[in-house]
Amino acid sequence: SIGFDIQLSLFRFSVKRPFSTSHSSVDSKEIKKFQLLAHKWWDEEGEYAALHSMNDIRVPFIRDALLSRSSNYHLGNPLSGIKILDVGCGGGLLSEPLGRLGASVTGIDPVEDNIRTADRHKSFDPVLAKRIQYKSSSLEEIVEESMETFDVIVASEVVEHVADLEMFIKCCSQVLKPEGSLFITTINKTQLSYVLGIVVAEKIMGIVPEGTHEWEKFVPPEELECLLESNGFSVKTVKGMLYNPLSGSWSWMESTSLNYAVHAVKSGARAQSHATDTQQRSATAGTA
Amino acid sequence: LLAPLGARLRARLRAPLRSAASAPPLYDVVVSGGGMVGSAMAAVLGHDIHFHDKKIALLEAGPRKDYDHMPDSYSNRVSSISPGSATLLSSCGAWDHVCSLRLKPFRRMQVWDACSEAMIVFEKDDLDDMGYIVENDVIMSALTKQLDAVADRVKVFYKSKAVGYTWPLPSHSCDTSPWVQVELADGRKLQTKLLIGADGHNSVVRKEAEIKNIEHQYDQSAVVATLHLSEATDNNVAWQRFLPTGPIALLPLSDTASSLVWSTSHDHASELLAMDEESFVDSINSAFWSNINHSDFIDTAGAMFRSAISLLKPSGTAVRQLPPSVAKVDPESRAMFPLGMGHATEYVQHRVALIGDAAHRVHPLAGQGVNLGFGDVACLAHHLSAAAFNGSDLGSLKHLLKFETERQRHNVSLIAATDALKRLYSTTLAPLVLLRTWGLQATNALPPVKVRI
Repeated sequence: SIGFDIQLSLFRFSVKRPFSTSHSSVDSKEIKKFQLLAHKWWDEEGEYAALHSMNDIRVPFIRDALLSRSSNYHLGNPLSGIKILDVGCGGGLLSEPLGRLGASVTGIDPVEDNIRTADRHKSFDPVLAKRIQYKSSSLEEIVEESMETFDVIVASEVVEHVADLEMFIKCCSQVLKPEGSLFITTINKTQLSYVLGIVVAEKIMGIVPEGTHEWEKFVPPEELECLLESNGFSVKTVKGMLYNPLSGSWSWMESTSLNYAVHAVKSGARAQSHATDTQQRSATAGTA
Repeated sequence: LLAPLGARLRARLRAPLRSAASAPPLYDVVVSGGGMVGSAMAAVLGHDIHFHDKKIALLEAGPRKDYDHMPDSYSNRVSSISPGSATLLSSCGAWDHVCSLRLKPFRRMQVWDACSEAMIVFEKDDLDDMGYIVENDVIMSALTKQLDAVADRVKVFYKSKAVGYTWPLPSHSCDTSPWVQVELADGRKLQTKLLIGADGHNSVVRKEAEIKNIEHQYDQSAVVATLHLSEATDNNVAWQRFLPTGPIALLPLSDTASSLVWSTSHDHASELLAMDEESFVDSINSAFWSNINHSDFIDTAGAMFRSAISLLKPSGTAVRQLPPSVAKVDPESRAMFPLGMGHATEYVQHRVALIGDAAHRVHPLAGQGVNLGFGDVACLAHHLSAAAFNGSDLGSLKHLLKFETERQRHNVSLIAATDALKRLYSTTLAPLVLLRTWGLQATNALPPVKVRI
């Protein structure tokens, strides 16, 4: 695996550190699951078809929320000038539309093969190749070099796979600028989501590759909202999402008992929880 | 350890070259075919706000057509433009140019049978214009101006015929270019995310994409000419009479001139072109005025039906206006072209869409041909605009299929009806004449049916 690391240092702009299992939101079992399907990302009718069609609602959701918070944009390039971090970007299914809308996107994913697929797919489009940068990494690994760097973080279909959700949210807060937006889509933990999300979706209809999800790790919106609010975020929107397997399309719905989307905004004050901030706080205490 | 590393290094080095700057220029949309429909497609996309940063190319085999003012004589190729088409041309700023060049609005359409007295009159209740007769050259000139206005987004390649297309493999086998490759006659190459085929009824795009086309050549040709009327009149009525040999139509160009579209057998068409101008004018007047095809039986049956209707619905019979008589024909303006019908079984494929005559070809009797094409443009532009605002891959079948479904639903019934009408009116057999006589009269009396047409 030394050769592996050397190759990466030649062709990536950061040195890949070996995995630390102690403070990581990445679950190594999850990585293995996704590695097997790394080359299937871009088959619109394949295993990831439902994620492709989810773009039809999640991209407008993100786009419109950002436009409503901005006073200066051009409809021909609506997300121009916005720096977005796509956490758990997979093969780049969501990074590419956001890039096409004008954003500068950094996509990170712990699975090497996913990043390889994403890089290759964007390489044929010179505009996207410039606007999107992919990196094989976990969220924690980029925190130090990316403090308050991003205007927006997108974590779509990711939090149901992380090992430590609170740490994940704290890291999001650290790399996000004040007043920055965090968008999450994930699955609720209900009897219904077990029946439809796992039994039907995975085992019966094959909408999702079998074994992708573990019901135990599904996140109820109340728990997510609580974690967000207690880590410096203000939750603006929570909306339920529904997948229609017959038409292969997604729509919004009132109930959040299955899939749902959240838009949260980091408060304007600087983050209080990180150790390096305490020195700053004491320094400015006298002038407050 | 070193061997696998070497292999990986070589693999990594190869990949960047594939997507390097030596590749042909990449466009978001290439429209192949710069006729009225193709040019409208490029102009509408070029003026779409969500396409502000996109790159569009229009390929036209012929030279640039541009007039600051029209020559005094009228061109013999004209189109009947519906209000919907006028709205589309307005949306890209072209309609203003059409109005400042020249056009003739008409308020009323009278359609009648040579074999009976049956007649149907189309008229808008609110006295608005029903449609406009516009020379094709005027439309082209207007669109050319509007393409110039967005030259930073739309590049027009004149005298550039596309000779070959290479289709990408399905998107998930990712080592070769995912774009459509286009080769021009002069050897230049382009790549595009979406290829729109607007190259007419013998579409090369459709053939190369191996899309099956249902087609049928009619035993008819259309004779066109520019005519001068015996006396000046308001001339705001479009006239069409169904003769057994085919429909003859007089479309107003000005108070003193009208355009002729006479669909008839190939032999008769050749005769009409060959005969001297006086005989030609006589044939036209006789076609509109003569009652030679009437039979007493049909006339009586028709009259009975009409009285029945007027009992039930007093306003259901209309006053017959008399068409203008023709005095002379513009020399050099006579021409003929063969007629046929066609319909592509698919309008779209991955990264390909067909619009206009490439997708569907129809008999001129309904005056719909270019309007169907403009309808395709409006629908496709709508879906592409939404796709662009969603950051989608423009060549994705998902939104292309929505365009196909919407337009096939609209077009198929109209094309089938036009074809059926053409066949129905090609006979003098009494039962069929009676059928269409009563049908025409009944249709004239029923507002809902007329509105739909």
